[in-house]
Amino acid sequence: MKANRPPLVRRPATAQFAAAGRRRPPLVLLLPAIAAALLALLPLGYLGVRAMEHGWGYAWDIVTERRTLELLVRSLQLTAIVVFACLVLGVSLAWLTVRTRLPGRRLWAVLATLPLAVPSYVAAFTWISAAPSLAGLPGAAITLTFACSPYVFLPVAAALRGIDPAQEEAARSLGSGAFRVFWRITLPQLRPAAAGGAILVALYVLSDFGSVSITRYDTFTRAVHSSYQASFDRTPAAVLGCVLVTMTVLLVMAENRTRGRAGHARTGRGSARPPVPLSLGWWRVPALVWCTTVSAAAVGFPLATLGYWLTIGNSGWDPQRLWSATLATLTVAAAGAAVTTLLALPVGVLAARHRGRAARFLEQSVYAGHAVPGITVGLALVFFSVRYAYPLYQELPLLIAAYVVLFLPVAVASARAAVLQSPPVLEDVARSLGRSPLNVLREITVPLAAPGIGAGAALTFVVIMKELPATLLLRPTGTDTLATRLWTETGAGAFAGAAPYAAAIVLLAAIPSYLLGRRT
Amino acid sequence: MTGLRVTAVTTSYGRGARVLDRLDLTVPDGELTAVLGPSGCGKTTLLRVIAGFLTPDTGEISLGERTVSGPGVHVPPERRGVGIVAQEGALFPHMDVARNVAFGLRGVGRAERRARAAEMLELVGLGSYGTRMPHELSGGQQQRVALARALAPRPALVLLDEPFNALDSALRAGLRSDVRTALRAAGTTALLVTHDQEEALSSADRIAVIRDGGVVQTGTPQEVYARPADTWVASFIGAAVLLPARVKASHAITVLGRIPLTEPTPEGTRTGTVILRPEQLRLVPASEASGTRARVTEVRYHGHDALILLTTDGLSTPITVRTTGPITIHAGDETGIAVAGTAILHPHRNPLPDNAG
Repeated sequence: MKANRPPLVRRPATAQFAAAGRRRPPLVLLLPAIAAALLALLPLGYLGVRAMEHGWGYAWDIVTERRTLELLVRSLQLTAIVVFACLVLGVSLAWLTVRTRLPGRRLWAVLATLPLAVPSYVAAFTWISAAPSLAGLPGAAITLTFACSPYVFLPVAAALRGIDPAQEEAARSLGSGAFRVFWRITLPQLRPAAAGGAILVALYVLSDFGSVSITRYDTFTRAVHSSYQASFDRTPAAVLGCVLVTMTVLLVMAENRTRGRAGHARTGRGSARPPVPLSLGWWRVPALVWCTTVSAAAVGFPLATLGYWLTIGNSGWDPQRLWSATLATLTVAAAGAAVTTLLALPVGVLAARHRGRAARFLEQSVYAGHAVPGITVGLALVFFSVRYAYPLYQELPLLIAAYVVLFLPVAVASARAAVLQSPPVLEDVARSLGRSPLNVLREITVPLAAPGIGAGAALTFVVIMKELPATLLLRPTGTDTLATRLWTETGAGAFAGAAPYAAAIVLLAAIPSYLLGRRT
Repeated sequence: MTGLRVTAVTTSYGRGARVLDRLDLTVPDGELTAVLGPSGCGKTTLLRVIAGFLTPDTGEISLGERTVSGPGVHVPPERRGVGIVAQEGALFPHMDVARNVAFGLRGVGRAERRARAAEMLELVGLGSYGTRMPHELSGGQQQRVALARALAPRPALVLLDEPFNALDSALRAGLRSDVRTALRAAGTTALLVTHDQEEALSSADRIAVIRDGGVVQTGTPQEVYARPADTWVASFIGAAVLLPARVKASHAITVLGRIPLTEPTPEGTRTGTVILRPEQLRLVPASEASGTRARVTEVRYHGHDALILLTTDGLSTPITVRTTGPITIHAGDETGIAVAGTAILHPHRNPLPDNAG
């Protein structure tokens, strides 16, 4: 389960005084940043070591097994279906809500982003509990499509708002109808934004563990988990994990490339004139039906099912357990967010203020977590602790370490953006007034960036609260979070019993999300 | 004695491209020197090297007797005692004015800090503004606070990085002279970086003109204006009329006639370029014998004066004449030009190929 990806943050041009010259990163920043980078790279490296433990030949045999190939096909099949469906949903909703006079388009736009607030395994739970026959590919595809469509909707809507309407008007004046203009002029310009969104969707689908395991569709993540659970020989799990990481790393590389191009496509921005929304005429009716259907399926249905199970529920209602799971969730999320934010700070400051090769490398290493599915991070840390740090195995610090690896990218992106908000000349002035680099950090940089860093911490808190696969593997014995309880109950078919946990996750995640939304 | 001495400082970016190229600069104790140059000449880099944010490749920087940068020496910015006034003030937005000013006062008692901050604010004419937040001040007030903040710890040197750039011109002149007064009162050595020649001429004790990473000329504003080191400096500082000339008996023979030279030329000088300032030229009736005939091509009216652009036979570039009073002349009119005072002549390089170095 990989939740919110770090937002796309562009590097603004450096302010003038700082532009003239590189500065050496001070050690107070460099040392903790190196520690964070090493921690972020450790699981990946160790997974590779474990996979090769019995030699290349053995690992290669596992890769070329018929079962692996099947998993590959199944994973790619699901990915392709979800990406296609998300493109259709995301682009159509974005165009309807941004560029037409569709009645209630503000409302539809809000509804289109709302699935972000519901973890996809909660959505999976609602679909499977309502229609157990959907188990397998249909259930997984439906769940993930609705959960991921905002990843296409948001960038495409932003791009649509940025396109200069003069081009479309020129095409209209040259005799093209509205729909021809959309096909020939608008759509091609949306391609970078849509491609970027599609890659994010693919990454999400490949990394997802919760929804595919609740809908019982075997993909790589699920196979990694079951082969880890099933056998004493853990090499196959490590090898499958490596294959999975290879796929996600390729996707992240592709994503970085589209980002660059999407940036170019947006340079035409800054046209002050907003586009004139298009009248839909009688097309209004099918458009409204479409929006209603999508919103009902993506938002209405999960909430209604959840409500149904909550009201009907009697068997699994165990307030004591719900309370302890809530407490455990809040505890691990708070500890995880605190540690992650603390480690992210030096990396974020380095990334914002020092553009040397070392700083770049450190930042990139920390972003490794962006490409690594939670299940593989969990697995790698289990392997590592069992062999080298047994006292830590299934103890809180190891779980926190997994959260740090997975969500450093979220926290680093926030910290960097927050630091970039204030001009570097303030730090220079503070140094010239007698402050050491550490004191400048303490008195100027951090206080000024505090709101942004706090927002990053809140975001990290939310994504940790929703995390499932690493928590499942690494949670301290006897501890259950809301997510793991939901997973256990659903696995046992106890839908009414699972509902309170699902509702609690949605509610708890909604509070910081709401606060974050109000800030911007 | 805390003058600044910069000796043979070189800095470069990446491979090769030099920003400062063996730059030498001396700022006498207690004086304000303006570093003047076009954008991209290395002014800001020079400032950062002096403040300690950049380490030069070679060369030495000393403040008074203290070497702060040189072979094996690099004093970090916080221990140099060099104050900075940045382009837009760069006040710390999360502290009020008094805390901003007191920021550099460390290792002194609270009462003393408060007193010193108040004293500095008084010096820049903002005595009652201590409790304001930076965003509640105008741009000019922010710059005054930035100056007070830089001066508070009694720095050996204050660097001003185009501090008046962001202000509108009406405010500029007033603030400039106030800053000048405050710096004098504090007795601080200061370096002002600017690309605005008027600013440099009117506020500095000395001017150092920089081009391509090196100092081309230093001197008082009058010296630099009246005796520019070369024709580039002449055109960069104020408007200049450049005329090809032949030298004959300490006079220059030009299209505008015989002009006496300010100083004798080196032995054997035959030809050169004469530098005149537009205010040395006067329009005279076309009929007057002492004048050179010319035709007006453009009139640029500035209110307090006007620049008249003219062409004359034998010269491809336009001649600029500054006149005051009512303008009665129009583009296309015929008129005469007369020259007052003496002129600087820069000899042409010897055309013989002996400069193969």
